[in-house]
Amino acid sequence: MGNVKEKYRFKHKHILGIEQFSAADIFYILDTATSFKEISSRNIKKVPTLRGKTIINFFFEPSTRTRLSFEIAAKRMSADTFNIAASTSSAQKGETLIDTACNLQAMNPDIIIIRHSSSGAPLLLSRYVNAAIINAGDGAHEHPSQALLDMMTVREHKGKIEGLKVAIVGDITHSRVAHSNIVGFTKLGAEVRVAGPATFMPPHIDTLGARLCKNVEDAVRDADVVMALRIQKERQDDPLIPSLREYSQFYGINRSLLRYASPDVLIMHPGPINRGVEMSPDVADGPGSVILEQVTNGVAVRMALLYLVMGTEGSKGE
Amino acid sequence: MKTMITILQNGRLIDPVSGIDVSGDLWLENGVIIPARESFPENSLVFDLQGKWIVPGLIDMHVHLRDPGEEYKETVASGTRAAAAGGFTAVACMPNTRPVNDNAAVTRFILEAARSASARVYPVGAISKGSHGEGLAEYGELKGAGAVAVTDDGLPVLDSQLMRRALEYAGSHDLLVISHSEEIALSRNGSMNEGVVSTRLGLRGIPVAAESIMVYRELALAELTGQRIHIAHVSTSAATDLIRRAKARGVQVTAETTPHYFTLTEEAVAEYDTNAKMNPPLRTEADRQAIREGLRDGTFDVIATDHAPHSVLEKELEFDQAANGIIGLETSLPLSLNLVREGVIDAMRLVELMSSAPARILRVQGGTLAVGSVADVTVIDPEREFIYTRDSILSKGKNSPFLDWKLRGKAVLTIMGGRITHNAME
Repeated sequence: MGNVKEKYRFKHKHILGIEQFSAADIFYILDTATSFKEISSRNIKKVPTLRGKTIINFFFEPSTRTRLSFEIAAKRMSADTFNIAASTSSAQKGETLIDTACNLQAMNPDIIIIRHSSSGAPLLLSRYVNAAIINAGDGAHEHPSQALLDMMTVREHKGKIEGLKVAIVGDITHSRVAHSNIVGFTKLGAEVRVAGPATFMPPHIDTLGARLCKNVEDAVRDADVVMALRIQKERQDDPLIPSLREYSQFYGINRSLLRYASPDVLIMHPGPINRGVEMSPDVADGPGSVILEQVTNGVAVRMALLYLVMGTEGSKGE
Repeated sequence: MKTMITILQNGRLIDPVSGIDVSGDLWLENGVIIPARESFPENSLVFDLQGKWIVPGLIDMHVHLRDPGEEYKETVASGTRAAAAGGFTAVACMPNTRPVNDNAAVTRFILEAARSASARVYPVGAISKGSHGEGLAEYGELKGAGAVAVTDDGLPVLDSQLMRRALEYAGSHDLLVISHSEEIALSRNGSMNEGVVSTRLGLRGIPVAAESIMVYRELALAELTGQRIHIAHVSTSAATDLIRRAKARGVQVTAETTPHYFTLTEEAVAEYDTNAKMNPPLRTEADRQAIREGLRDGTFDVIATDHAPHSVLEKELEFDQAANGIIGLETSLPLSLNLVREGVIDAMRLVELMSSAPARILRVQGGTLAVGSVADVTVIDPEREFIYTRDSILSKGKNSPFLDWKLRGKAVLTIMGGRITHNAME
């Protein structure tokens, strides 16, 4: 307001990953999301900002909450939304991702939100369509809107991100949530530690910015934030852990482990939770748990992303 | 009627077999190299080369011609046209066609198509029936029909006993065994090198050990059986080192690497470029340097391309779903000449790697400029620059990570059996 500083402009057409953002970009998204959050608590939860815009939810993987969150965000902005659930193996039906994308493009959507099991699929799509692409999770690559809502939630509680100690525990290799959060929190100046059995750690995790901890106690020590990841059932082609039972014993987030953490530690989980596996129920429901706030903030962050990629600055529709 | 004599005049003659590297002329008549005479006869075809290199025709011992069965990707005709344009007078074609070249009929089919081709074609048969990894293919019949080697390339032979028997039985038929060295249990579902870039891109990685474990097994089996083995498309420092040490203790092993492994690294995948996806995958800078050292010190005998044409149907896809492989016939020579310019190897060694050694290993003609040898000759202008554009590619496949690169060094004249198969003389 009346600031002489050169006005910041959000210049990203597509949201493909946190990697593309500067710290200023991330703060701008979080600020925008914060200003939108209030809309969802109104009696009439709708603003006309994206009226007449067409948004396609293009989901190649099953998803409940992310898809619903994007859809609610779009509808609260008055956009017209359409959902397509496609089989991952669309190639087997004779249509490639690019064919499908070109068909969607022919209907002239403004935004395509894509979730896909293949890393890099949103980037591929962005090369073939004019619509703005928002990555709602691609393979083990990125899930930018999840990381943004996590950062928003932490900032609401801690007032800042810089200097915080963030522990992420679980299957880092297969987690796009972990990947985006490591990159994002690191860009904002947090210290990110990761822990889990070595079978869950990708090579050179330090190059993303995270510090690899040998055991979960080290990761959690003095942590301001502890985030547990959903553990998949053992993969048949890849023996990653002997059992969920043993995993929870050594890497599950429980009360006694949290004695190592900061007293006002925030407990986070991207959901859906395997209660009693990666997190004990008393932790998930206990003090410091912000798991449901994450979901609430998810709608605000996604409203912000839709708004920003449409470049409709100055018409927030009060 | 007198036959036409072709005279390549004022060239730099390089022949590793006779050890010569001299200025001079090369005379060809009736498909063979003949002694130069005092004066030019009438009815001769003379090329004034002004110092360009005259080398024995280049031989690429690792090419996928996709014929029969995947003619939309490549045919014997299109693949050999690309070969000729790249300076090759002969190629060995891998058996992973449809059907697999595991019998004399398929071998004969390929050789029939090769009669009108722009390069000699040496079919390589399968190690196992259908390349299914169970039971030997009929090597005697394959050899009789014209196969020069056997491999299940594209797939490893997982059963060590089968590989042992393949080496022994191939030895009885004087056939070379070529190994695609990959431990599938470690590489399954991987789509690039396991390392910094795979972590950044969220792609399943293929570790170095997937190659080196199997290379070690092949070396152990070659040692056990006393038979020779050729290791295809080596990509890692670890495998290079294993081969170096095996050679030092007398194992009958030869090995090839490819221009992409000594030119590119895993960073080429950075934007999920499916034209940088192949198996084995591009590795790290340390691996690239080790491959170059292996070319320099003699660990590698051969530069091959692993020319693997695919159409957009297999490549314009999500990265993890795209096919493995890149084309290489039309870029191999300029990329390999970079090694000479950068002082890794000299010109003689380059010709050894790209012509004389593959001829010797496959036990086929060519690879030398000696009088009486077959008139398979390549004229190279090492300074000719060109942009490698999509439109310029003669292969049906356009899947190259070198698209739009400015390359230096080109085959300007390719002669196969005395016949000009490619002419880009200015």
